[in-house]
Amino acid sequence: MSDIDVPYCPGCTHGIAHRLVGEVIDELGLFDKVIGVVSAGCSVRSWRLYRFDMVLAAHGRSPAVATGLKRALPQNIVYAYQGDGDSAAIGLSELMHAALRCEKITVLMINNAVYGATGGQAAPTTLLGQRTTSYVAGREATRDGYPINMAELIASVSKHSYVARAALNNVRNIMNAKKSIKHAFETQQAGLGFSFVEILSACPIGWQMTPLRSLEWIEKQMIPQYPLGEMKVPNGLS
Amino acid sequence: MNETELLSGNEALAESAIRAGCRFFCGYPITPQGELFEYMARRLPEVGGTFIQSESETAGINMVYGIAAAGKRVMTASSSTGISLMQEGISFLAATQLPCLIVNVMRAGPGLGQVRPSQADYMQATKGGGHGDYHCIVLAPSTVQEMADLTTESFRLADAYRNPVIILCDGMLGQVMEPIRLPETTPLSELPPKPWAITGAKNRPRNLILAAPYTEDELIALNVELDKKYESIEDHEPRWESKLLDDAEIVLVAFGTAARIAEDAVMKARDAGLSLGLIRPITLWPFPTSAFGQDHRKLRAYIVVEMNNGQMLEDVQLAKNSETPVYHFGKGGGWVPSAEDIYRESEAVNRMIQP
Repeated sequence: MSDIDVPYCPGCTHGIAHRLVGEVIDELGLFDKVIGVVSAGCSVRSWRLYRFDMVLAAHGRSPAVATGLKRALPQNIVYAYQGDGDSAAIGLSELMHAALRCEKITVLMINNAVYGATGGQAAPTTLLGQRTTSYVAGREATRDGYPINMAELIASVSKHSYVARAALNNVRNIMNAKKSIKHAFETQQAGLGFSFVEILSACPIGWQMTPLRSLEWIEKQMIPQYPLGEMKVPNGLS
Repeated sequence: MNETELLSGNEALAESAIRAGCRFFCGYPITPQGELFEYMARRLPEVGGTFIQSESETAGINMVYGIAAAGKRVMTASSSTGISLMQEGISFLAATQLPCLIVNVMRAGPGLGQVRPSQADYMQATKGGGHGDYHCIVLAPSTVQEMADLTTESFRLADAYRNPVIILCDGMLGQVMEPIRLPETTPLSELPPKPWAITGAKNRPRNLILAAPYTEDELIALNVELDKKYESIEDHEPRWESKLLDDAEIVLVAFGTAARIAEDAVMKARDAGLSLGLIRPITLWPFPTSAFGQDHRKLRAYIVVEMNNGQMLEDVQLAKNSETPVYHFGKGGGWVPSAEDIYRESEAVNRMIQP
């Protein structure tokens, strides 16, 4: 990783996720063959934090770009780092089809239940009742739709895949998140199939909460809707 | 020299791409580029290449983006409405200066339109098409031989200038069969090196393909750099073909399918004693402005013949440097002129401009 300041708001947990990705890449000895793909949203800023090759893709398209890179360079390790708007709204099709094709890429999806970069509008992952700048009275199912459970959705369509959900709200969950990220990269390394980790992450500014309350909110509000754990582990992953 | 073969335009283009070292095709089914798409699906695995049927044109162009970023020769093909869906991706390819080939086998629009031949995407292809200031190099073949030759050329240009290249053709050129000579095969080992490509930062500083530079100054610098590149392309790459300009009183201007028909109209008119000539732009961007630089003494009018409502017309109006009037003969929606139609229009213009 590089020495620049983490370019995120106070209390945001994107930085923790980046750190975990960096640690896993180093521990697996992948530095000189890893390729990162980032696309629009807060998640895009991670390209400055690393020292390996990276590609900036259009909003939502990083699973397609990662597909192209991996097909062209099958010996490399290609991952996409997406936000929830990027992956579950505008880029749902690219993500689902990459999973359906069992592309041997890794997608890490940050779920913070809002669009952070544009100021806290509702995302597909926004919880029922949650107020945002675009659902001012709170999300109402029959008007605004239900929250989307991406990890379960991907686990249901992609047979040869590693799918897990993790959270960054306490030390135990952070250690589990690292394990899941590691398993995802190992799945790709072994050529087993698609790998996907959804990571519940705090957005205190977007949620208009203190950092501490945000961590509690993940525990009490997000995890009941988005349960943690490994949803799919491919045969052959030790 | 290779043997002469009887091939359709779509097949000639696809086989020439493979011979030029293109081992990757990503695309979505759409008529009338189907034969090209299916040729690639069948042929690429035979040469160790990769064919990906994408879930949409949007995904397809972004797969192209990833493969081009990895430094490989790659192409996609679609038809008008599919090309519209790709515009965001094409803007990204232009911004990151990634070489690739995009084939638009045009159909008639607007909207869903119909699969009949059309030239209605001229503006979209030559003026940018997506957001931001950029240009693709645009080539317009008018024979099956040119479908092959300009494909070879498009990969060379794309690499030389690190720029996306568009081949603009239509279903008529795609499906007509003609005897042609296919280009020689370029061994992959002879393709130009791409030290900027994304391959993993092994024993070198990292490479980045950034569609958005980090600071405002960097973005302005990128725009200046692109503009300089486009100027250099405009200086070095315009190409066109002309016929019988020396004594022509009326010069037809047409590209692609319309130019083939216009050529017949020139011969027909000459037989009838009307001095027609033809300028056929081969590069639509850069537009061959120099072709209009010297007005011949006898020249009294240009007629731009296009299968659209008047798009190249504007480039001809900008390129000509005299008071010579420019007329337009064309219609959108899948209208294809006959040589007789063009001849009669030329006669009408001739009567109008008689002193």
